[in-house]
Amino acid sequence: MDDTICAVATGSSIGAISIIRVSGNDAIFIVNKMFKEKDLTQVPSHSISYGHLYEDNELLDEVLIMLMRAPKTYTKEDIVEINCHGGSNTIERILEALIKAGCRLAEPGEFTKRAFLNGRISLLEAESVNDLIKAKSDASRVMALNNLGGKLTTKIRNIREKMSKILANIEVNIDYPEYEDEVVVTHELLAKHLTKFSQELTKIKDDSKNGKIINEGINVAIIGKPNVGKSSILNYLLDEEKAIVTDIPGTTRDIVEGSITLNGIQLNFIDTAGIRKTSDYVEQIGVEKSKKEALKADLVIFCLNYNDTLTEEELVNLKSLKAKELIVFVNKNDLPLKINLAQLSDYDIVYGNTKKNNGLDALKEKIITKFNLEKIVNKEMGYLSNVRQVSLINKAIESLKNAEVALEQNFAVDLIEIDLKNAWQILGELIGDAYTDELVDNIFSNFCLGK
Amino acid sequence: MYDVIVVGGGHAGCEASHIAAQMGKKTLLITGNIKNIADMPCNPSIGGTAKGIIVREVDALGGLMGKIADKSHLQIKMLNNSKGPAVRSLRCQADKITYPKNMQEALKNTKNLEIKEAMVEDLIVENNTVKGIITASGEKINSQMVILTTGTYLKGNILVGSENTPGGPHGEARSNFLSDKLKEYGLKIMRLKTGTPQRIKKDSIDFKVMKEEKGDNRLWKFSFDDDYHYKIEDQQSCFLVYTNELTHQIIRDNLTKSAMYGGYATGIGPRYCPSIEDKIVRFADKERHQLFLEPESLYYDDWYLQGFSTSMPRDVQEQMVHSLHGLEKAVITKYAYAIEYDAIDPLQIKPSLENKVLANLFTAGQINGTSGYEEAAGQGILAGINACLKIDAKEPLVLKRSDAYIGVLIDDLVTKGTAEPYRMLTSRAEFRLLLRSDNADLRLREYAHQVGSITDEQYQEYLIKKQTLSEILDLLKEKHLSLTDEAKSLFRENNLEIPHHNINFYDLLKRPEITLDFLNNNFLKLDISAEIKEQVEIEVKYEGYIKKAFKEVEKLLKLEEKEIPADIDYDKIQNLANEARQKLNKVRPETIAQASRISGVNPVDISVLSVYLKKEYNHE
Repeated sequence: MDDTICAVATGSSIGAISIIRVSGNDAIFIVNKMFKEKDLTQVPSHSISYGHLYEDNELLDEVLIMLMRAPKTYTKEDIVEINCHGGSNTIERILEALIKAGCRLAEPGEFTKRAFLNGRISLLEAESVNDLIKAKSDASRVMALNNLGGKLTTKIRNIREKMSKILANIEVNIDYPEYEDEVVVTHELLAKHLTKFSQELTKIKDDSKNGKIINEGINVAIIGKPNVGKSSILNYLLDEEKAIVTDIPGTTRDIVEGSITLNGIQLNFIDTAGIRKTSDYVEQIGVEKSKKEALKADLVIFCLNYNDTLTEEELVNLKSLKAKELIVFVNKNDLPLKINLAQLSDYDIVYGNTKKNNGLDALKEKIITKFNLEKIVNKEMGYLSNVRQVSLINKAIESLKNAEVALEQNFAVDLIEIDLKNAWQILGELIGDAYTDELVDNIFSNFCLGK
Repeated sequence: MYDVIVVGGGHAGCEASHIAAQMGKKTLLITGNIKNIADMPCNPSIGGTAKGIIVREVDALGGLMGKIADKSHLQIKMLNNSKGPAVRSLRCQADKITYPKNMQEALKNTKNLEIKEAMVEDLIVENNTVKGIITASGEKINSQMVILTTGTYLKGNILVGSENTPGGPHGEARSNFLSDKLKEYGLKIMRLKTGTPQRIKKDSIDFKVMKEEKGDNRLWKFSFDDDYHYKIEDQQSCFLVYTNELTHQIIRDNLTKSAMYGGYATGIGPRYCPSIEDKIVRFADKERHQLFLEPESLYYDDWYLQGFSTSMPRDVQEQMVHSLHGLEKAVITKYAYAIEYDAIDPLQIKPSLENKVLANLFTAGQINGTSGYEEAAGQGILAGINACLKIDAKEPLVLKRSDAYIGVLIDDLVTKGTAEPYRMLTSRAEFRLLLRSDNADLRLREYAHQVGSITDEQYQEYLIKKQTLSEILDLLKEKHLSLTDEAKSLFRENNLEIPHHNINFYDLLKRPEITLDFLNNNFLKLDISAEIKEQVEIEVKYEGYIKKAFKEVEKLLKLEEKEIPADIDYDKIQNLANEARQKLNKVRPETIAQASRISGVNPVDISVLSVYLKKEYNHE
């Protein structure tokens, strides 16, 4: 009970706001690492702080942090509750970041279990917790199995079996050093296998990103200066009058969501207010939001005006989005050219004009090629869906990387093996195949040794 | 009236009786044949991977095996010396005449220890408590504690082909009734099997055609206390032999004649000691199997043919041996045989090695389902120590998995039980980076001192070593390299990258290419023993790995601290999975950590159990 756990405290259905609860000795320390505005270790207990969560330097979300110090909390441990925006993408990214920073994903009913073990709730309540633990974990076992159905389990099991063989071979080299006929696992041999394991696991993880696209669709943010035609693009694509369209700059203040299906994949549009510095308070919120949405989105459509020169601000914003999937839509190409096209040479550009519905189908095509949508839907792939699975895969990959580093530093094979074994154990946990003495069994079924 | 009676004079019995006597208890060692005390009926070696570390641990705890082996070997080497420090382990070829002789000598010179020749056939039991033993002649001898180390002598049966002869090794008398009596008292008895290969007459072997395996070209010893007792050049060699297609054909043609494949044996044999027929059947595509010829003694001519154990009849064994290159004219002085014997179910043993059914009864060695001299010695010394502690009404010494291979061994036995004779392997130890050969004293001498199994002198030596070690580590951290021209050229001359100015020696030593010798000879110029040097290098160079391991240990220790009351009723706990309930009832673990290691007990069951414990036993 000495580790720090985290989980979504609100239901899994998507609401406007979700709460992620973090409990344990390091709860405040961990969240503080991700929070930039204040030093949370210094704020009073039972207080709320406003700010943003970051992973490394990447913005995750705008949040309210509710901080409660032990013992007057639900679990009698330090608790931090993160109020973030709803949406499974945001939640998963925050959970992933928390896990990376040192949390463990809570088991079902674990907060309540801690509450009981720390003497916070009564015996009667504990009995029901007991039931809860069982019921929930049985359900989650079934769920985990379903999630990991078929192909993916087989894939991971295959990698794991290959790892088992190498591990057993290393152990045999250790336990039976005098048997000269056995293959010796050398640095070269190990290096080859480690690279292969890393690649295969990374591929599974990448496929799981595609899986996510199939499952949840692609989030698209359309941004640009006020009145550049963002709402018109949205309306055309959505084929309905959802966003308010006017000629007065700055009227689209609320985020309007809508979805279409493109080649079987859902595109979720988030219309945003114009990215423009403004002194208007209400407008300011819209601008902040649109920047944030753009950073969170899987795809950004940046609208520019054919009939206007690029502002310094637009250039800065374009540059800041360079790491994202980005399409520049140059609108109003029926008007005279004023924009300096040389400045856009680095970007994917579609020309068009929303008044005449020009170029919008080209935009769709661009999206299809950019995300390889034709290919994705034809692929039948298993994918890792929940945070636990992805975080385990990440941990396994990280372990393999440690092994590779040790290899480069020329550590002995039996030391490098420690990290490989760790990766192997993690994968065992993931597919539920691990059992005690597994390795020993493997040694004796695959190698012929002894008096 | 004795304090402790030890039944059986094998490697477990020697350590148990010696340590009990050394701890000041009036001790009696009873054995069927005094001449056979510390006999080595199987392989002529002590140590080996993981096993060599157990020998060092026995020595650290005050035992004899390492000291006697140091005086009695024909060859010694450090296995895995080119690998990481965690997997290095000593192995020696022990002289089968000298080793028992030196051990018997040591036991005779042990104060408080008497030795008696008799066959024990029953225990004195009152109210499920053992009060002494009864010999075959009906003599009753009382004691506070009894330690059974009966080896393969409980209803031993020797199998050669379809022949089945009652008896222990060398045709010694077996105990006919003791295991039946134990069964009557409520112990579960299982039947195990092990085997031993042929012995070959030395002058009938053509060594010229075989590859020679020499001892190491530097001095080694098992014991932390003694000096070296041998000369490098006096070591004897071993030799390599290989099976071939003819050998395999002979075995395949005669498979039904083997005791195992012919169905004449009922015991379960160990996977790590398969008979040669087993190897041929299971690994049919392997073209050859490696065998070793090892000298048994300087005082007689038998050579041990390691890797060729079989339960084939004698005439087939002749053919098999003669098919080997270099053994075409070999004279077999002893045929290979399998031996079946009774053992108790180790799940009925506590981590202290006391029996759960019969109080004041301890067991160690093959009777607990293990195999190997070293495994026996490791249990023997713990059984001896814990019998003494029980007499003094003190807490038993239970070594954790992070303390010693002996801890791993006993925990595996009492938590998982065993279906075959259990052999220690490095892969069984999850903390093997901490359980090294070099640091057995640093790991265990403090415990040994607390329970009183080592002398004050041994303890002082240990304290000095520990102190020196920490002083040198501190010094390495404090002292910084001043990068003079002379220093620069030293690095250059040795083909080493020139470090930045003012780096401390600790960080410098961390670099893979830099040795402590280089730093010491050129800069530090300290007087450091080879032993300390090794410790320092390991601690500095592998610090990252060691720290990681300690972090894991910490997690384990927290679970080890959570004790499960002995009277817990698992049937009362709702929501335990059925399998978990059954297993928990069978093993009756002492801590949450132990419970979590039982196969079939899942994390959810552990949560349920924790909640229940808190509720029932820890009202707030």
